[in-house]
Amino acid sequence: MEPKRFTFRIRRFNPSDALDSYDEDFTLEVAEGVTVLEALLRIQAEQDGSLSFRYACRGAVCGSCAMVVNGAVALACRTQVHAAGSDTITIGPLPNLNVVKDLVVDMDFFLRKLTPVRPWLDPAGPDPERERLVDPDEWKEPEPYTNCILCASCHGVCPVTERDPRYLGPAALAKHYRFLADPRDGADDARLGFVDGDHGVWGCDTVWSCVKVCPKRVPPTKGILATRARIRPIEDKNGA
Amino acid sequence: MSDVTHYEVLIVGGGLAGLRAAVAAHDAGRDVAVLTKVYPIRSHSGAAQGGVNASLGNHPEGGDDSWEKHAFDTIKGSDYLADQPRAEILTREAPERVFEMEHWGAAFSRFPDGRIAQRPFGGAGFPRTCYAADRTGHHLLHTLWEQCMKREIAFLNEWFLTRIVERDGRAAGVVAMHVPSGTVSTLAAQAIVLAGGGYGRVFSKTTNAYINTGSVTAAAYAAGARLEDMEFVQFHPTTLYGTNILISEGVRGEGGLLTNAEEKRFMDRYAPSVMELAPRDIVARAIQTEVDEGRGFDGPHGGYVHLDIRHLGAEVINTRLPGIRQIAMDFAGVDPIEAPIPVQPGQHYSMGGISCDENGRTDLTGLLACGECSCVSVHGSNRLGGNSLLETLVFGKRAGDAAAESAGDTGVHDSVLVSALGEERARIEALTMRGEGVRQIEIRRVMQAGMTEKAGLFRSEAPLAEAVTMLSELKERYRGVAPNDRGSEFNYDLVDTLELGGMLELAGVTATGALARTESRGSHWRIDHAERDDDRWLKHTMARRGADGSPSIDYEDVIITTYELMERKY
Ligand SMILES: Cc1cc2nc3c(=O)[nH]c(=O)nc-3n(C[C@H](O)[C@H](O)[C@H](O)COP(=O)(O)OP(=O)(O)OC[C@H]3O[C@@H](n4cnc5c(N)ncnc54)[C@H](O)[C@@H]3O)c2cc1C
Ligand code: SF4
Ligand code: FES
Repeated sequence: MEPKRFTFRIRRFNPSDALDSYDEDFTLEVAEGVTVLEALLRIQAEQDGSLSFRYACRGAVCGSCAMVVNGAVALACRTQVHAAGSDTITIGPLPNLNVVKDLVVDMDFFLRKLTPVRPWLDPAGPDPERERLVDPDEWKEPEPYTNCILCASCHGVCPVTERDPRYLGPAALAKHYRFLADPRDGADDARLGFVDGDHGVWGCDTVWSCVKVCPKRVPPTKGILATRARIRPIEDKNGA
Repeated sequence: MSDVTHYEVLIVGGGLAGLRAAVAAHDAGRDVAVLTKVYPIRSHSGAAQGGVNASLGNHPEGGDDSWEKHAFDTIKGSDYLADQPRAEILTREAPERVFEMEHWGAAFSRFPDGRIAQRPFGGAGFPRTCYAADRTGHHLLHTLWEQCMKREIAFLNEWFLTRIVERDGRAAGVVAMHVPSGTVSTLAAQAIVLAGGGYGRVFSKTTNAYINTGSVTAAAYAAGARLEDMEFVQFHPTTLYGTNILISEGVRGEGGLLTNAEEKRFMDRYAPSVMELAPRDIVARAIQTEVDEGRGFDGPHGGYVHLDIRHLGAEVINTRLPGIRQIAMDFAGVDPIEAPIPVQPGQHYSMGGISCDENGRTDLTGLLACGECSCVSVHGSNRLGGNSLLETLVFGKRAGDAAAESAGDTGVHDSVLVSALGEERARIEALTMRGEGVRQIEIRRVMQAGMTEKAGLFRSEAPLAEAVTMLSELKERYRGVAPNDRGSEFNYDLVDTLELGGMLELAGVTATGALARTESRGSHWRIDHAERDDDRWLKHTMARRGADGSPSIDYEDVIITTYELMERKY
């Protein structure tokens, strides 16, 4: 396949300028197999060194590079340029977080949401000499939630985080459920209290957008509903 | 002096080694801060797939395993260049470190009896690699980060270290840039633990993250610490054709087969007894030989062979290798349930690094190192899969403990730090203000391609000499380098430019050491000196930055205690 010429329309913002954010076009010849992240790196290295965006692994495991590509939230390193289906590729920062510069958003705001759910194992008893035994079947419940890479894609598509800055959000609630469902954890009662409120599990609209966008197949909505069911076993059936 | 912030223990690097050290120093009662250029969870440790070694004996075929056997495998795998007492520490303390991670919540996979699951890995006599699906690094990294949150350890996220401040053989602090604002500051520390990871990006084909540039190692070298065994660079046999994303050894551990363009398995020609499970260097050279002799596939990114797991079936692939399947689909458009994965060798791990002892102590007082940036010398000339995650845990803890113990008044006045800060600010400002000049990417690409070609998997005198010359020329060109972003906030162009200077130094040490070592040992394969030469070369290479900027090389004896030298055959 021939390399093809693409226009990258990138949302720029520089806190040092007095300007609002604006779009800037860059053109680039791109061979097949090249990802959006690789294209951004080439633009930065060859055309405009002032273009800022976060990245690290380039393999969809570190969670650095979530942004909006052609209108959809995605990891830039996992998105193929040629698969975009258009000659112009628009790129913007992840929504629902303040833009710090260009495609860099305020990650601290997102990560601080984890603190109230106390995301670490609080084991039921003293540590045994060897490992705690875990039935592989029982492990199936928390397992999907352990794969969260904290990329904030879900935060970027969630209608509740958009309107309620105090909402814990899908990632923190998924992390919360990861420990709630961990058979080794002994703090379930306290844990339920961390999220039992309008900015916690009851804030969720249950529209499942986080589940759809998650690059790691973490199902936050499912965890939120399971947590609600633990708090009020009878009442909650339909996510009300 | 108000310009200087003081810490008892400052950890540089938020990967597994750094976080483990931070927890240890904190638990020993010290005030700890972790300075890291990316958020800790973005560290390259999170990309580790296969697992972490410990002789737990959980596998049905692992009942007779012991730490001594693990030590033996490690030392043999190192081609006898590992310091034996250190390898013994690594393997003896392994079960305790792994159980501890489990107690802290790590999401290990389980056998039906509920114990931590273990899989076979290359170069190991028993299946002793403990795993968490094929995302072991991710799970360990997040678990340690959670433990740091629990302890409320302070993080200096997106701070980029540019210099270690040294006075009369003692490290007294660092100079670092806050990337979001561009502010350059100095931080004083009673003890500093370096945990900056590897420098794989010196090569063009590598499994390493973009951020693995070795800038912490380069800073230690610039401050006068010695680098050990830098010519030993591991090339992984199976990286995804094109992007060189790692396809874990666990894939072969689970039964994956290597086939060439003739659709035949070929490992019988190179390691008949263990076939695909031979150590990495042997498999990597086998693949390259198949390609070089015309039995591989050809493509724009070089030659490759096939790694086939179709016979394992969808069920096994989906439960034990889900991440690998996803990687193959996302980055090569291949579903391994239906088609073989195209693979080629690529740089993977740096055995060499900042020379240190079993407690992380380096040549400079108050400066410690652990993890991939260090060389305690447990891997010698070739690291076994699963041993480096282990190294981060075992020696991360030891370095953290030692740092806590040695923290105390440095006797260095703040004015020393302040004047170092002034020099660094001037240096960085001069760089940003240069305006016209060569862009870092131009030099970087030449270096990367040159290192892969001339100092890669197969080495010999003439290309290595060319590499050394090339690198001195590139260092010359680097004097005229100029970033084109003059801004302060998130100036990654500046960070990349600063890092390139260090990368050229590390590449220079690697090529110089490789040129001098006229033998083949482990990962260092000299076509013109195909034999291991214990009489002349059973020695560690020690590089110190000379007055003229080029490395001055010395040698030190390997510590050999229990395990007798043998031929390394599989
Ligand atoms: C793809 C892949 C898979 C692997 N799989 C396995 C496996 O299955 N088993 C195994 O045992 N090993 C594996 N390894 C090796 C192992 O993952 C690494 O050796 C190990 O994780 C390194 O950990 P670390 O803490 O030393 O460094 P890293 O995790 O690389 O962390 C380095 C830290 O240093 C910081 N840093 C760097 N420079 C600066 C600077 N200038 N200023 C401030 N901070 C800085 C970074 O921000 C980062 O936090 C794998 C390696 C790769 C590449
Ligand atoms: S749940 Fe998924 S989308 Fe949300 S932060 Fe975690 S990995 Fe990203
Ligand atoms: S760069 Fe790591 S997820 Fe994209």
